[in-house]
Amino acid sequence: MNILVCVKQVPDTTEIKIDPVTNTLIRAGVPSIVNPFDAYALEIAARIKDTMPDTRITLLSMGPPQAEAALKECLAVGGDQAYLVSDRAFGGADTLATSYTLKCAIDKLEELNGAFDLIFCGKQAIDGDTAQVGPEIAEHMDCPQITYGVEAKVEGDEVLVKRETGEGYEILAAKLPCVITVTKPSFNPRFPTIKSKMAANRARITTLAASDLPVDSTRIGLKGSPTKVKKSFTPPQKQGGVTIAEETCEASARKLFELLNTAHVI
Amino acid sequence: MNKYALTEDQVMIQELAKKFADEVVAETVTDLDRRHAFPVEEVKQCGEMGFMGICVPEEYGGAGMDHLSDILVMEQIARHSSSLASIIDAHASLGSTPILLAGTEEQKKKYLVPAATGEALCAFALTEPQSGSDAGQIRTKAVLEGEEWVINGTKAFITNSTYASTFLVAAKTDLEAKGSRGISVFIVPAGTPGLEVGKPEEKMSNHSSYSCPLTFTDVRIPRENLLGELNRGFPLFMKCVDSGRVAISAVAVGMAQGVLERAARYSKERVTFGKPICENQAIAFKLAEMATEIEVARAMLYNTARLSDSGLPFSTEATMTKMFCSEMCVRVCDMGLQIMGGYGLCDEYQVERMYRDAKLLTIGEGTSEICRMVVGRAVLKEY
Repeated sequence: MNILVCVKQVPDTTEIKIDPVTNTLIRAGVPSIVNPFDAYALEIAARIKDTMPDTRITLLSMGPPQAEAALKECLAVGGDQAYLVSDRAFGGADTLATSYTLKCAIDKLEELNGAFDLIFCGKQAIDGDTAQVGPEIAEHMDCPQITYGVEAKVEGDEVLVKRETGEGYEILAAKLPCVITVTKPSFNPRFPTIKSKMAANRARITTLAASDLPVDSTRIGLKGSPTKVKKSFTPPQKQGGVTIAEETCEASARKLFELLNTAHVI
Repeated sequence: MNKYALTEDQVMIQELAKKFADEVVAETVTDLDRRHAFPVEEVKQCGEMGFMGICVPEEYGGAGMDHLSDILVMEQIARHSSSLASIIDAHASLGSTPILLAGTEEQKKKYLVPAATGEALCAFALTEPQSGSDAGQIRTKAVLEGEEWVINGTKAFITNSTYASTFLVAAKTDLEAKGSRGISVFIVPAGTPGLEVGKPEEKMSNHSSYSCPLTFTDVRIPRENLLGELNRGFPLFMKCVDSGRVAISAVAVGMAQGVLERAARYSKERVTFGKPICENQAIAFKLAEMATEIEVARAMLYNTARLSDSGLPFSTEATMTKMFCSEMCVRVCDMGLQIMGGYGLCDEYQVERMYRDAKLLTIGEGTSEICRMVVGRAVLKEY
């Protein structure tokens, strides 16, 4: 298997603070980590490699030069080689420009290393939370996509993915190549070993600049981004609700009536 | 922040150990301690990550790192579990170091490689019911009969026994020799007929690390299982005791650090008389003393480890460090528990466990009194 895992370096906080004046994320003083969903995606890829030892896992990230640290972390837990797409020209990209740039990088990597059978992404990054980049990559590549995966297994020329839905789980099969986005599975990502960590720290990470990629310069960076942030604000915290699920609908209705009545709403 | 001038590799291994300790060890330690259960899964994971053979060269399955790296790992693990740290110490510093120092190529391949990768746990059997501090007085004996050594005797408080695959056993081979002379070390695989592992002691400290009696009744092992030179066992295991003392000191510093973190956190959350208790000098001064004690101990510990890494003699320093760090840990645990008041006594808050575990450190691997004898002798020799 030739697997690609896309990873993003994100600030280590689930409660991002927003600068009230500029309405942008405050990143100063916040340590960076590998986006947790990307770490799960890598673990699922690494589990495929455990069962199919001739698998090669390539890591791809887009971001500033310090994102190398995230790639090195991933190299220590299953990645075989890593590429960082980094250039001032890519700055300010929205999800469309990002996914387009990544698709161009994937084309370049496929030229170098052969076609990928599987492309894994986290379902979303914990800083932007759009969940768009993975599906957009699949669209650019015109290949099948399965979102919210929690397990994946390769059988012949198909991949079987267990995906989480609001109601439960589905098992879907898709022809390779396929893009899979990953949500939190029932297992944790593996720990590195002393040896894998040392090797990863010493690994060389190839940086790909705009000039290295077959990109259309009007479709990258801020210029190539149709999304404009008009305003960001912190919404008021929602109050915790109450679930009413009595044995019968009638009993539920009665309970609801009692609650509303006690609160003097009706 | 790298405030101890560690190398890049040392920082890396320290971070790795911290992540493992915080995410894995901390989750299970209280439950394992309550149940007096051995941390089977954690030991296995330590093996996979390379923590069971940090100082063993890579050609023998280890990580090939220096002594200070080993200390950094022990310290992080002991922030949460003294038991797990002690298991690793007994396995690595005491159990596999003798094979590394004195083993033949064949012995290293057969016993050191699985030890370094964590597949085979080692135990070091020196102490006997009647001889602890006076290790020279052991009565277990080994007699050569044809091509086999026949071992008879009893050992006591042997850490890791229940789960060990390999025992390193000290036995008298020259019955005429006086004191610590005439002792040799043998490699005895677990399951050898005649070797019986007794029930673990019910002890105050380290509930998850087992210390068991061993009986040897006509235990026969091949002649080639003699480790190192015949009758030169005492100097060999004294060398290992030196690195064991440094490792125990790391356990002490790590545990004290764990207590400081817990007590400081508690003092900020606990409100009495309308304010957090950390705003009282009675509490803040205790925290200041604890942090300073730990800083002194850590500086001493890292210096001793660096002496060892530079190939300089460190035996006296190791003993001084062990004596100071273990006693420091007891003092810090006492202050930390006092800060936490009634909650400090409850096992959920973990400091009561650390308070119990700390006491072991002033006893195991040379009591504080033996340490003072050793250091006293060194002082009188020098001046």
